[in-house]
Amino acid sequence: MITFLELLANGISIGALYSLIALGFVVIFKATEVVNFAHASLLLAGGFVVAKLHPLIGFWPALAAGIAGAAAVGALIEFVIIRRANVTSHSVLAIVTIGVDIVLVTELTRQIGTDVLALGDPWGDQVVHLGPVAIAQTRIMALLAAGILIGSFLLAFKHTGWGVAMRATAEDHETAALMGIRLGRVSLGAWAVAGALAAVAALFLCVFPTPGLDRSTTFAAIKAFPAAILGGLDSTTGALVGGLVVGITEAMMSGYQNQLSFLGRGIGDAAPFLIMTIVLLIRPAGLFGTRELSRV
Amino acid sequence: MNATDGLAVRDLAVNYGPVRALRGVSLEVPRGDVVAVLGGNGAGKSTLLRAISATLRFQRGGISAGEITFGGARLSGTAAAAVVAKGVVQVPEGRRVFARMTVEENLRAGALGVRDRRGTAKARDRVLALFPVLAERAGQRAGLLSGGEQQMLAIGRALMARPKALLLDEPTLGLAPMMATRIAETIREINAQGTSVLLVEQNAALALALASRAYVLEVGEVVLSGPAAELAASDEVRRRYLGITADEVTGRPAVTRPSLSRWSA
Repeated sequence: MITFLELLANGISIGALYSLIALGFVVIFKATEVVNFAHASLLLAGGFVVAKLHPLIGFWPALAAGIAGAAAVGALIEFVIIRRANVTSHSVLAIVTIGVDIVLVTELTRQIGTDVLALGDPWGDQVVHLGPVAIAQTRIMALLAAGILIGSFLLAFKHTGWGVAMRATAEDHETAALMGIRLGRVSLGAWAVAGALAAVAALFLCVFPTPGLDRSTTFAAIKAFPAAILGGLDSTTGALVGGLVVGITEAMMSGYQNQLSFLGRGIGDAAPFLIMTIVLLIRPAGLFGTRELSRV
Repeated sequence: MNATDGLAVRDLAVNYGPVRALRGVSLEVPRGDVVAVLGGNGAGKSTLLRAISATLRFQRGGISAGEITFGGARLSGTAAAAVVAKGVVQVPEGRRVFARMTVEENLRAGALGVRDRRGTAKARDRVLALFPVLAERAGQRAGLLSGGEQQMLAIGRALMARPKALLLDEPTLGLAPMMATRIAETIREINAQGTSVLLVEQNAALALALASRAYVLEVGEVVLSGPAAELAASDEVRRRYLGITADEVTGRPAVTRPSLSRWSA
């Protein structure tokens, strides 16, 4: 039972991070109808900036720089490529983002090399005991940070002019333009927000008990794809639920893999994709989605 | 009637790829007037409004010749947001309210093109005075409104940007006759408050009753234009758009042979 609770706590915490990544993914899709396969590179870019800057300027300024850096990379991709690409189909743009991702990730992993970069976070490897349940302090911080970010994002999405513009654009581009909403700005904002959220997720994916930032960090972003898709690609609620489902499933499958040994080793990594496939078989638009993937 | 004062379209040609949708279209909406554009399906009425609102690119179209000005400033070649900022706002065909957003949020979206808090508050008061039902339904999802209420919301949403000129694309399409009359009254009221109106309609009788001037579009060209009253009295328009056959026009008893004219009702 204690193992179960610990796994659940870890799953929720990791899941909250997947939710952060998936949320950015969904925001981009809603604003521009582009499936952003370059999301992993945004994440890696954010983490890389933090890793490189924290010895020079300290952790918190480095974190701010990492968030700004990832937001800038996102905005740059939108401004330089997505906005200018004069293609009829959004699927083509999705493939373009795969190319962008390969270029960025290749360059960043070349910079990182074989190192494992520490991010210089102040939490270290302390463990908090809640009764018999032991949880790493970093996991609690991750859950807190993700919760605060997701909460403020949803409030902004619901109540600010920016949120109304985003939702109007998501629902009907042309009519939004008729209202004088600047679609370019909405799209730029979406990419920047997605980058910023990914950078925060990168930080918490690279702290204890993970050794640090290395080339495998992008795999975490890849697990956020099934989170976004099983929740429904155009639903913010879906991104949150999907992230948690993926996080908890992964933690449970990895934690109990000795009992699940008939499924083979490493089932935890494959589990998110299994769940996604099952969900899509039953609900083709995802749990909360309104658009089927065939329309992507 | 000063040409530089209102909305002016000069020698406009619009293409959708290789397909020419409008050619040599010129029209004017003097300040404070209601001008109607009549025509059947595919005549290019919506294309004209899209050209003015700079949203042709959504249909992969573009202006290939001519220019559009408002109050002397060029609208053609600018972005949709700039057109709204200059005071020209369109209510699109089929209402196109943001169905998943509330009525209140729809109105808010309409004001996003202008940055003027006090002005927006005034505009909201005006819209809610014009359409009290929108105040009652403020928290409801727009998709749950009736067709007529959605049309009111679409007009109210456009008015939130405090337009100097309002473009209406078939505002009575698909509405019950009572509701169409109600919308027509509203258009008259909006105009009386100082907003110019360019009204695109298939309901010629209603449009000609509202407008002071009208243009008839056919296959992308202006084939007739003049004061609305004159057009309403002309045989051509009566036969084609008002559903009155030539025989009725001249007062002779109707012949038994049915009219095969494409446009007759």
